[in-house]
Amino acid sequence: MTAVLFYFFAGVAVIGALAMVSLRNPLSGAFALVGTMVSLAALFAMLNAEFVFILQILVYAGAIMVLVIFTIMLLNLDKQELKEVPVSRMRLLGMGAVCALLAVGFIRVFSHFGSEPPAFIDAEFGSIEGVGRMMLGPYLYPFEVISLVLLVAIVGVVLLAKRVV
Amino acid sequence: MTPITIEHYLGLSAILFFIGVFGVLFRRNLIVILMSIELMLNAVNLSFVTFSRQLGTMDGHVATFFVMALAAAEAGLGLAILVMVFRNRTTVQADDLTLMRD
Repeated sequence: MTAVLFYFFAGVAVIGALAMVSLRNPLSGAFALVGTMVSLAALFAMLNAEFVFILQILVYAGAIMVLVIFTIMLLNLDKQELKEVPVSRMRLLGMGAVCALLAVGFIRVFSHFGSEPPAFIDAEFGSIEGVGRMMLGPYLYPFEVISLVLLVAIVGVVLLAKRVV
Repeated sequence: MTPITIEHYLGLSAILFFIGVFGVLFRRNLIVILMSIELMLNAVNLSFVTFSRQLGTMDGHVATFFVMALAAAEAGLGLAILVMVFRNRTTVQADDLTLMRD
């Protein structure tokens, strides 16, 4: 059962990613990427990471992708804009082969870890409470720094998007 | 049917990451390049969570949380820059933006 679920969600994730990279229209690509993110969320849930699962749906599939789709729609690109500069077939095949080879290499390296995850885990593992204790305990300073980064990003975005400063 | 080991998850993470690399290298549309970067960050998140599960500690989940926050900041800033570029140059093709090169 776990294997069936894993292969289903992994397949959806890979197909969505490939569609995002290859579709000409960025709006279709964005919707394909939403599919990838939702299936990754399901995989997080299978890894007992419920907090990350919730965040993945809320932040990625919800906030970030909505922002991307909104921007695409606001820009209202016409056909002329979407025309891709033709890339030579040789270059495409070459770089595709390099990426595929690197991926295979990584998979070979990872196969040394090959083992089933331990069956026994804490009841608190991955729960909101457990991760919250980590975040406000050992990771308190990085947590505060992240909030500062987000504040700076908000100010920067507002400044950039304003027509007249 | 073979049991699902952590190498399955890590392999999927590697595949997704290199699909993202391919997108950054090959697409000339700035929006698609931004989305490919998001895909790469997501693939790394999957590795973090997988190792976390294997080691039985939640540090990977916290790291994933930080990556997500940075990805959100990056997406916001990237799209703001994109809107600026489109306003000034009316293009979203990376090849047309040669101001720094010329």
